[in-house]
Amino acid sequence: MFYREAGQFKTSYQADQAIFPIRQDLYAYIAFLAVAFIGVPLLASDYFLSTLMLPFLVLALAAIGLNILTGYAGQLSLGTGGFMATGAFAAYKLSTAFPDMHLIIVFLLSGLITAGVGIFFGIPSLRIKGFYLAVATLASQFFLIWMFNKFGWFTNYSASGVISAPPRTVFGDFYITGPQAAPVTKYLFCLSFVVLLALLAKNLTRSNIGRKWMAIRDMDIAAEIIGIPMLKTKLIAFAVSSFYCGIAGAFWAFLYTGSVEPLAFDVNRSFQVLFMIIIGGLGSIMGSFLGAAFMVLLPIFLTNAPHMVGVEISVSTLSHLEAMVFGVLIIFFLIVEPHGLARLWQIFKEKMRLWPFPH
Amino acid sequence: MSTQRTFGEILLKVEDVHLSFGGVKALTNVNFDIRKGEIRAIIGPNGAGKSSMLNVINGFYHPQQGAITYKGVTRSQMKPHEAARQGIARTFQNIALFKGMSTLDNIMTGRLLHMKSGLLSQALYWGKYLREEVAHREKVEEIIDFLEIQAIRKTPVGRLPYGLQKRVELGRALAAEPELLLLDEPMAGMNVEEKEDMSRFIIETNDQLGTTIALIEHDMGVVMDLSDRLVVLDYGRQLADGEPDEVRNNQAVIDAYLGVTE
Repeated sequence: MFYREAGQFKTSYQADQAIFPIRQDLYAYIAFLAVAFIGVPLLASDYFLSTLMLPFLVLALAAIGLNILTGYAGQLSLGTGGFMATGAFAAYKLSTAFPDMHLIIVFLLSGLITAGVGIFFGIPSLRIKGFYLAVATLASQFFLIWMFNKFGWFTNYSASGVISAPPRTVFGDFYITGPQAAPVTKYLFCLSFVVLLALLAKNLTRSNIGRKWMAIRDMDIAAEIIGIPMLKTKLIAFAVSSFYCGIAGAFWAFLYTGSVEPLAFDVNRSFQVLFMIIIGGLGSIMGSFLGAAFMVLLPIFLTNAPHMVGVEISVSTLSHLEAMVFGVLIIFFLIVEPHGLARLWQIFKEKMRLWPFPH
Repeated sequence: MSTQRTFGEILLKVEDVHLSFGGVKALTNVNFDIRKGEIRAIIGPNGAGKSSMLNVINGFYHPQQGAITYKGVTRSQMKPHEAARQGIARTFQNIALFKGMSTLDNIMTGRLLHMKSGLLSQALYWGKYLREEVAHREKVEEIIDFLEIQAIRKTPVGRLPYGLQKRVELGRALAAEPELLLLDEPMAGMNVEEKEDMSRFIIETNDQLGTTIALIEHDMGVVMDLSDRLVVLDYGRQLADGEPDEVRNNQAVIDAYLGVTE
């Protein structure tokens, strides 16, 4: 009844190409951003910000990265953790080697370095597809983690192999990293970055390069015959995807945990991000956020729900339970709704457009 | 319609092409040419090598022997995307649309060779890129109007019925503004009405846009009406080459289609 485009006429193709062609969507989005930028920092506790919102934002960014590669360009990858580690270690090396370098530049550069690594490991994608490509990217995952463990240069020869983010400020004296940094400033910094990068990703996916990616995903032979250069387009997907994953890894190390060892980015991380985009929605930027929110919230819900109904479950049982619930959900989504939560949201909106009438 | 039409110089020339897969000879000594502005049909029984011939023309298969001269340049090999860049577009026997994308996006992919913006300006989606996107959208809308598919603009093509999918595929090929359009069985599996629509689009494309067309089709009535000249293939060999009336009365062609008692 309220969600309806009646009376909204488009007079230009530009208006028709907008991200939110229906005005209510735009208003809802602006309201949502206002809550995220103003409401959450005012109301939420530090604990909430640093244990829920930061991992959510960082993982959402990694999910956007993987979604570009797997959801849009159709190249199955299990190397997300390795690329995140690359971003984290690149940011660490850059910020310790050049202490005066601005933190934003550090993050962007570490994204670019990861993009380069991604291009290198994307080269096999010209020849192999599907599960075989997944195995090839899995090799990159193990290789990268092994490399960061093996060579002390990456951790500045720290004995434990753990890297800690050096304290840095942006915009005057706001500490973003290090022990003095307040969760609120971290959150706002991270949120601004993620919102901006998500917008850029959305633009990429609805422009020429996005159509090329989807063409390769849907029918690669036809894509080649209409003139899409295969290798170049796939490598661009690897580069952009790794850029996002790299920045996500740097954020993980610098903003979320503060210090990190290579093991934090092992193959489980890759699977976690892959599950996010499967549950959230392959080929949807919004789905990346929904999937990340789901994966971050579900364990917390599972931990607290038994308490609320007065049942005590041991911690180890809980962690088994968590794995089982995720397994069931993945199977459920793959069979019932391969386009994930994002598709369910879309169906809900289509129902709302008609409500309260049947059709 | 083949009587008063005159054609320009030779656009594409196929000389002595041999193509085999292992022991199977798909094409043996095929020679023909396509002139600018004509509708050229390639016909023959199943397995005659018609689709292989189209695949050779747009660089998907590489013949073991022979040469193809396109726009005066002779080559024995070409990559498919190079062929596309030089103005060869095609449709497929089994529809090869991008199923997850809308009709509009599918046809927009046909414009991609004409779009020049870099990655960064696409990410910003502002100014120069926005103008480029809108300019190409206008071109695509012309094609949507031409093919009368306005109503399904935003529908994912996977949900469309077969006949409309064929039309969208023609739209994607037309969006590239090709000089040579290869149509692989554009009317397969259609009812009479859909065939008439498709024939009309093919004639109008040829007539109004001046596109040279090479088409494969099994419906003899359609082929004889539409085409200016025909090549007949059977078991990879060339049986005949000429205007519809000549081909219709050619004994070898009649034998190939009806069978012959020995």
